[in-house]
Amino acid sequence: MKTGGRIVAKAYLWLILIVIYAPIAFIAVFSFTEAKSLGNWTGFTFNLYHSLFTGATSNSEALLVALKNTVVIALVASLISTVLGTLAAIGIYNLSGRKKKTIQFLNNIPMLNPDIITGVSLFLLFVFLHITKGYTTIILAHVTFCTPYVVLNVLPKLTQMNPNIYEAALDLGATPMQALRKVLVPLLRPGMISGFILAFTMSLDDFAVTYFTAGSSGIDTLSTFIYSDVRKGGLTPELKPMMTLIFLLVLVVLLVVNLRSFRKQKQLEI
Amino acid sequence: MAKETHIINIDHVSKSFGDKKVLDDISLYINKGEFITFLGPSGCGKTTLLRLIAGFLSPDEGVITLEGKDISPLPPHKRPLNTVFQRYALFPHLDVYDNIAFGLKLQKLPTEDINKRVKKVLKLVSMSDYEDRDVNSLSGGQQQRIAIARAIVNQPKVLLLDEPLSALDLKMRKDMQIELKEMHRKLGITFIYVTHDQEEALTLSDTIVVMNEGKIQQIGTPVDIYNEPVNCFVADFIGESNILKGRMMRDRRVAFIKHEFDCVDEGFGEDVPVDVVVRPEDIYFTTDPAKCQFTAKVNSCIFKGVHYEMWVDTDTGYELMIQDYDPYEVGSEVMLYIDPDDIQVMKKERTANTYAAKVIGEGKVEFLDTEFECDTAGFAEGDEAVATIRFEKVELLDYEEEADLTGNVVFILYMGNHYHLTVKTECGENIWVDTNDIWDKGDFVGIKIHPQSLQLSKPTE
Amino acid sequence: MGKRSAWALPYFIFLVLFVVLPLVLIGVYALTDADGRFTLANMGAFFTDPKIINSFLVSLEVALENTVICILVGYPVAYILADKSLNRSAVTAVLFILPMWINALMRTMATAEIFNVLGIGLGKGTLLFGMAYDYLPFMIYPIYNILDKMDKSYAEAAQDLGASPVKVFLKVTLPLSLPGVASGVMMVFMPTVSTFAVSEILTNNTIMLFGSVIQEQFNNLMWNQGAALSFIMLIIIGVTTLIPGNKNSETVEGGATV
Repeated sequence: MKTGGRIVAKAYLWLILIVIYAPIAFIAVFSFTEAKSLGNWTGFTFNLYHSLFTGATSNSEALLVALKNTVVIALVASLISTVLGTLAAIGIYNLSGRKKKTIQFLNNIPMLNPDIITGVSLFLLFVFLHITKGYTTIILAHVTFCTPYVVLNVLPKLTQMNPNIYEAALDLGATPMQALRKVLVPLLRPGMISGFILAFTMSLDDFAVTYFTAGSSGIDTLSTFIYSDVRKGGLTPELKPMMTLIFLLVLVVLLVVNLRSFRKQKQLEI
Repeated sequence: MAKETHIINIDHVSKSFGDKKVLDDISLYINKGEFITFLGPSGCGKTTLLRLIAGFLSPDEGVITLEGKDISPLPPHKRPLNTVFQRYALFPHLDVYDNIAFGLKLQKLPTEDINKRVKKVLKLVSMSDYEDRDVNSLSGGQQQRIAIARAIVNQPKVLLLDEPLSALDLKMRKDMQIELKEMHRKLGITFIYVTHDQEEALTLSDTIVVMNEGKIQQIGTPVDIYNEPVNCFVADFIGESNILKGRMMRDRRVAFIKHEFDCVDEGFGEDVPVDVVVRPEDIYFTTDPAKCQFTAKVNSCIFKGVHYEMWVDTDTGYELMIQDYDPYEVGSEVMLYIDPDDIQVMKKERTANTYAAKVIGEGKVEFLDTEFECDTAGFAEGDEAVATIRFEKVELLDYEEEADLTGNVVFILYMGNHYHLTVKTECGENIWVDTNDIWDKGDFVGIKIHPQSLQLSKPTE
Repeated sequence: MGKRSAWALPYFIFLVLFVVLPLVLIGVYALTDADGRFTLANMGAFFTDPKIINSFLVSLEVALENTVICILVGYPVAYILADKSLNRSAVTAVLFILPMWINALMRTMATAEIFNVLGIGLGKGTLLFGMAYDYLPFMIYPIYNILDKMDKSYAEAAQDLGASPVKVFLKVTLPLSLPGVASGVMMVFMPTVSTFAVSEILTNNTIMLFGSVIQEQFNNLMWNQGAALSFIMLIIIGVTTLIPGNKNSETVEGGATV
């Protein structure tokens, strides 16, 4: 590729990245001022950070609860999804014919459905079954749309695996449980981890499904908290520092993880 | 032999996958300490038999006993057998040491014992000092050694090897063959080896079990199987051979390629059709007219490394393969002879196609799920009959419109002046065909049987 | 062997209970009235209520435009990211998913606020910008995945046979990457139609997308009517994904391994 083309390509990437990050930078900048509305600069201050952590205002207290809910729900849902999805992937791998096609088709549905359809359908299910909405319904709903991603991340690891590996473990005297624990799970771990991370991300980012399955339980996640803020006509100011901190945390974690795997790769190449 | 006991007995074992019968009533015993090889083309059932012994599959019928005890209720992890898998199946997340120690750790042996045994077995496979290596960084041959080490460290009573050398290159394979043989001698345990490579089987084994289409064709020592194949399949599968139609004139006298030869076989009767096998290295050139049994013209001559491989056309119109250390010029007339010892006479499995048929009307019979026209004089509608069609009377077509039925060519035998084909029909029965046309294995063919080629006879009670 | 296939059973039961049954319930609610009697009135409202049908048409238009924008902007990004001579580091690719960790509503609020500061009035233009911003990663990733895994020898073979770089792209790379584009379209088009909240923020409630209509009906306890509209969406999704055949199941897989 000619250098001219390379410069254009790089410039294009950076332009898109700048546009994508502009709103985040905007939030970060205005987290250091106290004004209620987003674009209003009233002088530099750490006050919002302070009141976020002390829960000084009633709103910031509710915000911290919403944050805790978001993380707890995402953690629980993605853990359940990982276990359920990994077992399912092993099962699907060993199935064949129509049974395999059917379950793979069903597995695709939650990914194809827009969030609102998933949300509405689960809302009707809980109404139909007379299940009171709350943590359980939210988590079940999140497991529904998270598990397919785990299945899709674990399944390729199984197909790449030597088909005799499991039998080799049995042959060497491992019981089926031992073979699962000592051989299958370690080999599937990369797939399980990326599935877990994807599930966790999906759960964190979800709004529509939570909205429909939280009902009037009063449980707020960050998404629903922000949405009701919006409806009320203004953001809770402490959201700005919180989002800034979350972004920094994620940025650092991702950079560290990626640089480490990058370095490992380099070492292997040498 | 008498002192040796059978370590494994396989008693009337059958196994099907869906409609396909992979093993059909297999019975055999395996002696303690022997190196036995299941040999056959892919799909012959050899790997299935091995997996039945290992316990990854269970038989539909029949019993497998180990040292006299039925092992069918035992899951694989409770069987005192270990397997070396085709593509090694080493655990990629464990290093060499942990791979080998896997079974020992499960037995909860003390660490010093495990250490000692792992070291000892690594030495045996000449892989000392490799304990800490990542298995993915090893070459194919090294992975193979670790796979063997991982299996034998558990001191199994029987070691099962499923085509363990098939993923290695030729040179490596030859080296590993020698090492395997040496390992078998040192360990003194029973090896059950599965391969489709006849040369490997001949090199390694004490006993070879030749299998085809789920059935045992022949069991014997490599020398027996090479020199005295019991049927055309074995003769063709093991080594190079000239397989020819013949006729046993009387004891010790057989006719083939339109010449008569002395042989050593007896007890076939007089004037009986037989099959004859002559190995290419057993046809000798001579310049002495007194020794000459027949003459031929050299058709092609190719150097094969150690010997020359020549095709000759005999004076009676047959093509034979000859291997000799000296080349003969293409086009030259040569004099040839065969020692009586080197002629292997085999009983014919069949002399014509025969099927149980049913007369379904005037001039109409049904067999092979198909309706045929033929002369039904002497039979009434509904009668049972035997339909006979000579091999050369079956016509093969490469289109199905005019065919009576269709099938696939599953086995081809060159008989010196024509091909003898086995065609598997759609209903799973075989039709044998003699033809001069060239077909390939796997070809889809139309089969035509003309009314005049079909003979009906009364079934014998 | 047989035993391990049974491990899929819990998930199968889960899928039936939480995916199949809920979708059936959408159909049931759509075709009944508040007392549980069969009726076509809810479905009929879609065709007779101008407010609903208008918002549906507007949604289709917005979704179509958004999808086209996402392809036009996202394809080059994916292509550059996947080209080893242009982009050496995997970190750059990660930078494009990173924003997904910041709450989408929050980002949307900030976008709307930037428009405010810049003095740009909220409406169709800002809606499209915000939508493209939200859905761009879903277009980039399936295309990136397929381009990244594509065997380079295809392009080399084309070059070897005399194709110019432009021809190589048009005749080889682009056709081979279409499954990635297809799964990107799937992950952008229908979700756009059904968006709510985001469209409210970005247009100050002046443009109502189909998702907002559904949400409003559920908010007003008109479950059967809401279910009917959801059912119509479901039918459209079913038709668009099932008709191209089972090829889709694979493209979706490719797209999902972000």
